[in-house]
Amino acid sequence: MLFTSFSFLLFLALLLPAYYCLGGRRQWRILLAGSLIFYAFSGWRNLLYIGATVVSSFIATTRMANLLERQETYLAEHRLSAAESKSYRRGIKRRRLRWLIASLAVNLGILAVVKYTGFAADNLARLLPSGAAWETGGLHFLLPLGLSFYTFQVVGYNIDMYRSKTAEATERSVFRLALFVSFFPQIIQGPISRWGDLRQTLFTPRRFCADDFSAGLLRALFGLGKKLLVADRLLAAVRTLTADPAEFYGVYVLVAVFLYAVTLYADFTGGIDMTVGIARMFGVRVTENFRRPFYSASIAEYWRRWHITMGTWFRDYLFYPLSLSRPLTRLGESGVKLLGKYWGRRLPVWCATMVTWLATGVWHGASWNFVVWGGLNGVVILISQELIPLYKSFHARWAFSNTKFYHAFQVLRTFWLMCFIRSFDIYAGVGLTCRMLLSVAARFDGGRFAAAGLSPLGLAAADYVIAFLAVGGMIIVGRVQAAGAESRFAAPPARLALCGALAVMTLVFGAYGPGYDARQFIYNRF
Amino acid sequence: MDELLEILRDIQPDVDYEHCVTLIDDGHIDSFALISLITSINRVFDAEITAEDIVPENFNSARAIMDLIQRLSAE
Repeated sequence: MLFTSFSFLLFLALLLPAYYCLGGRRQWRILLAGSLIFYAFSGWRNLLYIGATVVSSFIATTRMANLLERQETYLAEHRLSAAESKSYRRGIKRRRLRWLIASLAVNLGILAVVKYTGFAADNLARLLPSGAAWETGGLHFLLPLGLSFYTFQVVGYNIDMYRSKTAEATERSVFRLALFVSFFPQIIQGPISRWGDLRQTLFTPRRFCADDFSAGLLRALFGLGKKLLVADRLLAAVRTLTADPAEFYGVYVLVAVFLYAVTLYADFTGGIDMTVGIARMFGVRVTENFRRPFYSASIAEYWRRWHITMGTWFRDYLFYPLSLSRPLTRLGESGVKLLGKYWGRRLPVWCATMVTWLATGVWHGASWNFVVWGGLNGVVILISQELIPLYKSFHARWAFSNTKFYHAFQVLRTFWLMCFIRSFDIYAGVGLTCRMLLSVAARFDGGRFAAAGLSPLGLAAADYVIAFLAVGGMIIVGRVQAAGAESRFAAPPARLALCGALAVMTLVFGAYGPGYDARQFIYNRF
Repeated sequence: MDELLEILRDIQPDVDYEHCVTLIDDGHIDSFALISLITSINRVFDAEITAEDIVPENFNSARAIMDLIQRLSAE
């Protein structure tokens, strides 16, 4: 069921009154029922995958919590020396670790088998002698809806419960845990919520609040506008550009990566706006996932502002533990002996950064394109990190580098650098992507663009005008949000007027109906 | 405390560690610096700071870091 479909509108129209009328302490159960129905629309068999995830995590985390309770009771009843107490705690921790490993094995195992078996089999088949044919088509599974997102969310929950010092944080109801994992507004493309944040708001009984409802509706309509006015419209042009590399090389590669940047932003942030907005219509506050990323002055800053919950997930659950792991600590110690203090200390962080970014790439998709994409992000971030002392002396020496014009240059540089890295997301194959990027330098052919412009991309002039005006609207709204001036539109008449205007604009100018495919969000395929 | 301040200044020299209480919140110490800091603390103080202890409250000030070291050594 697409967020942009009439069936979803009908689904909301039934669920919202049920939620608020039949509510009270059982409200969250209505949300759970709605989430499971929504999920079942993607294929009832998918419920088996998400069910296995919920049950395995529930068993593991409750066992971990039981062990923690047993430890508290035992230590309270027995007077142990400090050394004995430490030894007992270590024993309990080891047992809790076993439950964590078992749960991660199940959850990451499902993700690995379903998402990566086909990719692994394809690569193995290539290594076979040319005469040996190996059919790998049957090993490419259909991805259950939101698999990567809900798996990461539940893995985060498992690790948090393992790290928790008290048993109270653990959820003792399998159904409440099921709602945390399957909450329908965020199942398609995140954000990847933390248990500690979402539990504060997901299960709270509430009455209908006009302010929350209208603010949520406005946000959801804004997201719908981004999706239908900009993303779905421009995606058609991006597909035309990337489907025929022999025709659209040189300058058209720049057009493709630029249009894809705008499309992906409108699609993903539009989807998140809908997620945050729909959740708020139910009174639930979901974590924000973006902070105007295209205003970033560096790639590292960009990743602190784009898909924030994914970045913090990788930082907290992979980068930090890996950097402080014994093998990398030993590597650092050996590095200090061999290379000296300065470089030796950097080795663990470099390794952890590259592993984290390669994993981020693989999380996005089972293909070599995403491996290269992740590797490039890691390399650029590491180089920028090592150049910080140089940047500091540069800014101290040259006054112009501290002006807003230079900042604008940095923002543009980051935007285009990300455009080039993102090109691995749109062309089929690493080799083709490299050839297309090289064609920008070798066969720019600006004359073709000057003569034909955007007309060969299959969109009418009116499409570009609508998309351009809608992007202008997105920029203005972004500036209003950044200035914290949203409260000016908080009065019910202003909100109602804005909702009406957005709904009419989207209905009249949106890219849907005959001639357009109803499209799932781009990030859903990750 | 002096040893800790020395480590902090070695990793990130331009910060007033005696007064700053927003080392993480205001980005004075980023992820890279944080890892170097923890590795050095673990080595010098023979402590066992792990990823589980990486929350802003534990690293926002030199005092908080010192408290963490003392807490871990007492456990």
